[in-house]
Amino acid sequence: MRAGHWVRRNLFSTPFNSALTLLILYGLYLALPPLINWAIINADWIGASREDCTSGGACWVFIGMRLNQFLYGFYPAEEQWRVNLGFSLLALLLVPLTIKGFRHKRPLALALVLGYPAIAYLLFHGGVPGLPLVQTHQWGGLMLTLVLAVVGIVLALPFGVLLALGRRSKMPIIRAGCITYIEIWRGVPLITVLFMASVMLPLFFPGEVTVDKLLRAMIGIVLFQSAYMAEVVRGGLQAIPKGQYEAAEALGLGYWRSMRLVILPQALRLVIPGIVNTFIALFKDTTLVLIIGLFDLLGIIQQAFTDPNWLGYAVEGYVFAALVYWIFCFGMSRYSQTLEQELNRGTSR
Amino acid sequence: MKPQPAADKTSSRQLPTWLGWLSRSGQRPSHWLNWRDPQVRALVFQALFVVGVGALLADIVANTLANMESRGISTGFGFLSSEAGFGILQTLIPYSETSSFGRTFVVGLLNTLLVSVLGIALATLLGFVIGIARLSTNWLLARLASVYIEVFRNIPLLLQIFFWYFAVLQALPSPRDSLSLGEAVFLNLRGLYLPRPLPEAGFDWVMAALALGILASIALRVWSRRRQARTGQLFPLLPAALGLIVGLPTLVFVLAGAPLGWELPVLRGFNFRGGITMIPELAALLLALSIYTAAFIAEIVRAGIQSVDGGQTEAAEALGLRHGQILRLIVIPQALRVIIPPLTSQYLNLLKNSSLATAIGYPDLVNVFAGTTLNQTGQAVEVIAMTMAVYLTISLLISLFMNWYNARSALNAR
Repeated sequence: MRAGHWVRRNLFSTPFNSALTLLILYGLYLALPPLINWAIINADWIGASREDCTSGGACWVFIGMRLNQFLYGFYPAEEQWRVNLGFSLLALLLVPLTIKGFRHKRPLALALVLGYPAIAYLLFHGGVPGLPLVQTHQWGGLMLTLVLAVVGIVLALPFGVLLALGRRSKMPIIRAGCITYIEIWRGVPLITVLFMASVMLPLFFPGEVTVDKLLRAMIGIVLFQSAYMAEVVRGGLQAIPKGQYEAAEALGLGYWRSMRLVILPQALRLVIPGIVNTFIALFKDTTLVLIIGLFDLLGIIQQAFTDPNWLGYAVEGYVFAALVYWIFCFGMSRYSQTLEQELNRGTSR
Repeated sequence: MKPQPAADKTSSRQLPTWLGWLSRSGQRPSHWLNWRDPQVRALVFQALFVVGVGALLADIVANTLANMESRGISTGFGFLSSEAGFGILQTLIPYSETSSFGRTFVVGLLNTLLVSVLGIALATLLGFVIGIARLSTNWLLARLASVYIEVFRNIPLLLQIFFWYFAVLQALPSPRDSLSLGEAVFLNLRGLYLPRPLPEAGFDWVMAALALGILASIALRVWSRRRQARTGQLFPLLPAALGLIVGLPTLVFVLAGAPLGWELPVLRGFNFRGGITMIPELAALLLALSIYTAAFIAEIVRAGIQSVDGGQTEAAEALGLRHGQILRLIVIPQALRVIIPPLTSQYLNLLKNSSLATAIGYPDLVNVFAGTTLNQTGQAVEVIAMTMAVYLTISLLISLFMNWYNARSALNAR
């Protein structure tokens, strides 16, 4: 009896464990059936208004009716193909990067960091022949969340690399400058950075320059995130054996060439899991922009159930939002764990 | 042998010594104009860096001053002494609408510290329990712990705060139909009401006994350490300390005739009066902060315990140590070395994340100062700078303390 053996070993090994198992089973018996009843069995799935929610369970009709807004914000319906195209392009660029054994990762990564943002901006914002202008205050929902997260990571990465190099530089003034920058941004909450970006940034620019609200939030996020990124990259730089630096020097490579050709490729490879983790943190942190009045996914859901037509469906809204964020974050954390294992396999003999 | 070229010493372009500190190798650059000399390049780069950053900052300052003048915003910290004119939901020190903005700042700061301290305590407790549960031999318990971790870690904190505040606490009954526990603790949508302890005459003796107990326990610890170092004998410190810290005050409390009364919350009109009130904003924030942070602490604790080599436990068993002793003397001290640095970052994160309070209106520093005060005075630069400086100072102080503690308990490798 294999199963019996397993149960005895893992659930009833000692009297204490047996009691614990029974207690947990009782707790699950109390909690799970009502939950499943509410979320699935008694839930309303089809309909067009709150009158269709009659069975007492969750009202998923609300999510269904508002789904378009949750995904695109107030982006005009006839232009939404642009958003779809933009993110499909991103996925298309990202997929080969995650495939093991794909040869041309470096040019692809460069295209992603340098070329993609410009194309995406033109697509989403428009204002060029053939693409009508869609102003940033119409952006919202999951689309805005993704835009903020992708812009945050793509811009924070190069700044983070520079800051990390500066922090490990032998030049004392540059080192002190980078350390100060990193410690200041890491020591304050993102909210205060966003407040700063939204109320102080306009004061920093010459009077006639107006900075878009979304752009201000992005600047705040990038300033903040690059400090975290710098620390991740520093970890990678520290992990490179001294011999590598010396070997690069012995080949006659100058500082920038030895960094570009020898050190950074190895260091960045080492910290990919750390970068993914920073990205997860950033992805969750994008929700804070709702405090300065941008409608990201959470913001637009929050707004949806204060609509008099849908008052009282807060739980459904939060469950849906939680599910979306959870799928993204859990997926990425699993990916970073696989990467970590793969990298370990490569380096351990 | 050829004589050393004396150019360096006699050159009219000889450079001052302090430049050596600024150049990369610590050596003095040999020649001003030699671009190939790495030291010269280091000096030039740094000069450019200083000029660049300085120009940027100067430009920002000039723009800011010009903008503030054109918008009629006053500068300076004079606003701190003028009347605030707004009320605050919860204050730890006396405060009224006639108090100054300076006092508002202190009230907000104290509220931030209150929620951070409570949150850190709760999150640490919950995190350790779940981290240990994750390693349990009971499959069900271990699974449940990892489900907890994966669920709460991967959902944005702000969403969790909103969930507790808008979805759970708003669904509680009205004060009239409060959930109650023995007519002393009440929970309703206005908050959580607890009885307030009222010390009577003679309670001072209990506090004195508590202080004495703590002091005696510290002395006992020092003595038992010395004795162990001298003779190798272990002293049952934990039961002795418990007796001193809990037993002694309890004894005095009983002997003094239980000099402690309780002020119970009572329903009067539409709400409860008396007792200690925990406003729903604080409750929601505390719940979300500790549940979220506990998920991260649990993983840190798990990694810490797993980092202790199994051979250590076996060796301790071979020495004849009992299970509890192994845990207390061998495993936990070694695990703590791995646990403490990341635990510090989690404490700092919790402190910084407490600023999300502003989203549900808990009157923390960001809410009452960077929010209301800024709106009323318009002095963005001063207000934001003060707010950031507070967090920065607390963060740096906590890291300093934890680094000190970490260095003290770190492994002394030979």
